[in-house]
Amino acid sequence: MHKLIPNLSKNFGIAGSLIITGSIAFWLFGMIILPQLIMIDFSFRPFLPLNKIGGPDDIYTLKNYIVLFTNEFHRAIFIKTIWSSVLVTITALIVCYPIAFYLAKVARGTRFSLILIGLVIPYWINELLRIFAWQLILADTGVLNQLLLAMNVASDPINFRAGNGAVLLGMVYAYILFMVFPLYNAMESLDRNQIDAAHDLGASRFQIHKRIVIPHCKPGIAVGCIMTFMLAAGSIAAPQLLGSPSSFWFSQIIYTNFECANWNQGAAYAMVLTVLCLAFIFAMLKIFKVNLKEIAK
Amino acid sequence: MNQYPGQDIEIIDVGMMYEGSAKPAIKGINVHIKAGEFFSFLGPSGCGKTTILRLVSGFLDPTDGKILIGGKDMRGIGPNKRPTAMIFQNLALFPLMTVAENIGFGLEMRGASLAERRKKAGELLELVDLPGVENKKVNDLSGGQRQRVAIARGLAVEPSVLLLDEPLSALDLKLRQHMRTELRQINKRTGVTFIYITHDQGEALTMSDRIGVMASDGTIEQIATADHLYNNPRTAFVADFVGKNNKIKATVKTIKNGHAVVETSFGLIKGLNPQQLSSGQQAFAFVRPEVISVAGSSENSKNIITCRVKNISFEGAFVTITLDAGGEDTLFMRTHNDGSALFPAIDSEIDVSFGQHNTRLLAGRGYGHA
Repeated sequence: MHKLIPNLSKNFGIAGSLIITGSIAFWLFGMIILPQLIMIDFSFRPFLPLNKIGGPDDIYTLKNYIVLFTNEFHRAIFIKTIWSSVLVTITALIVCYPIAFYLAKVARGTRFSLILIGLVIPYWINELLRIFAWQLILADTGVLNQLLLAMNVASDPINFRAGNGAVLLGMVYAYILFMVFPLYNAMESLDRNQIDAAHDLGASRFQIHKRIVIPHCKPGIAVGCIMTFMLAAGSIAAPQLLGSPSSFWFSQIIYTNFECANWNQGAAYAMVLTVLCLAFIFAMLKIFKVNLKEIAK
Repeated sequence: MNQYPGQDIEIIDVGMMYEGSAKPAIKGINVHIKAGEFFSFLGPSGCGKTTILRLVSGFLDPTDGKILIGGKDMRGIGPNKRPTAMIFQNLALFPLMTVAENIGFGLEMRGASLAERRKKAGELLELVDLPGVENKKVNDLSGGQRQRVAIARGLAVEPSVLLLDEPLSALDLKLRQHMRTELRQINKRTGVTFIYITHDQGEALTMSDRIGVMASDGTIEQIATADHLYNNPRTAFVADFVGKNNKIKATVKTIKNGHAVVETSFGLIKGLNPQQLSSGQQAFAFVRPEVISVAGSSENSKNIITCRVKNISFEGAFVTITLDAGGEDTLFMRTHNDGSALFPAIDSEIDVSFGQHNTRLLAGRGYGHA
């Protein structure tokens, strides 16, 4: 780090290196750290009418955080969001593991390229539109219901969007790549001979994955789970578009608070969500016994 | 100690054609490897040696012919169900496991208890002369030690056949030579059948009971013991590939009870005609450098040719002299340094001789005159 400035000025001159380091510093402080600090500040202040802001009532308080424990509805949704995000993460892991393994160790040539293209192309479309597409599929008059009715499997349209199912499905679909690629990266680096050696020594397919592939992929699994969990926990589009009243998401509460101008409450809940995600990261690192450095690889 | 009785391996008319490939990787392979034998497949890279190993281990099933182990047809039986264990070229030890866990892996898959696995690992480490490293990580071991762990891991499942895919190629020369003796000893001590593949003839010649020499087109040229292979190569390819050999372009002139006289750029040469070449046929005369010597008197049963000395290379115990006779072929002659330091002068003319029974006239695929 201490060599950064001399190296930069050698390559770009004094002015150039000042511009580079200056813009990085602006981005870091102005765009990331400062907004967060403002949010933290907001979160510890009470929600007051405009004329009272800065007045004697405007003191630091934990009130906004305590609401989470006193408001039963919010607390239930918070816990449900955690639980559902874990469910999304586990489902994504189960769905993506075979895909990643097939890509990394089995598929060759054209087949590999086709699967890769098939995975990536949907991501050229905005997340919102992808979720709208699921809405079209799952709606009462949607593609799936019409198909089932035409095939006489169902006599009345099924309400797929009741409960959590549609939201979870939409999220798993939306975040597949964030799980596939970390897994793929980790599996790619596994020596094919290790799989063959284990097989040769008598291991079944299941044993090969349990003893060789999964232990090798731990960092990849951790990264994939962290990404998917954070995206799911903070997701707004999927619950908004695919959800029913019973599938309210914590991020929707935050959104509503900001919408109703109660920034303080919204900021506090946003902080809670951030801390939750951080806690999840550390839990993952602990569970998979990996450190940040391995993950950065 | 014969605790793992080896089994016969019969490779019968085996051919392998990979999907999407235009020509077979191997074809018409017929070998009967005896229980407890140390058998090597020797051939240039890309000749299909590894394919044979993967066929025997069960990672592949042959497109033609069949493979029997202990008299039992192995078709459709996966690598985890065959009485074989493979030592991979890069060893493929499991880096996240300790030495003992590596060695015990096969037993673990068979449901053996931890105590059993530890005991076996201890015994095998003893066998491969590497006691006391049970709890080390494999990455903390040296190349030679890893080698031994890989062998111990393979032997732990008590295979009838150990398949070795050039496992010594990553080691330095000295260790490699040491491991050759070691492997040979483990083979004899355990009684397990060893199938070894290599492109290094030194390795194959020193370790093997028998060697199958393979040509680039995936066929076997000759199967024989090391000395037989060296002294009685059956085809031009084997004569050329195994050991150093002089290869002299020759055209057959006359033939007579097992011998033939050929015309070469060194004049007429008489030699053995094991392939029964007929007169007018193009072939090569093969003469080992060490059977050529400076001609003395009364050597009428030998080939005697007059050459010019092009170069003398002194190697200590041996001296290699490069000779030619104005033609396109050169002749290498290798003699013992007897201490007299009486070497012919460069550009001088000398007569050299070599026995007719040491001269073999051979032809074969890929050995036409260009």
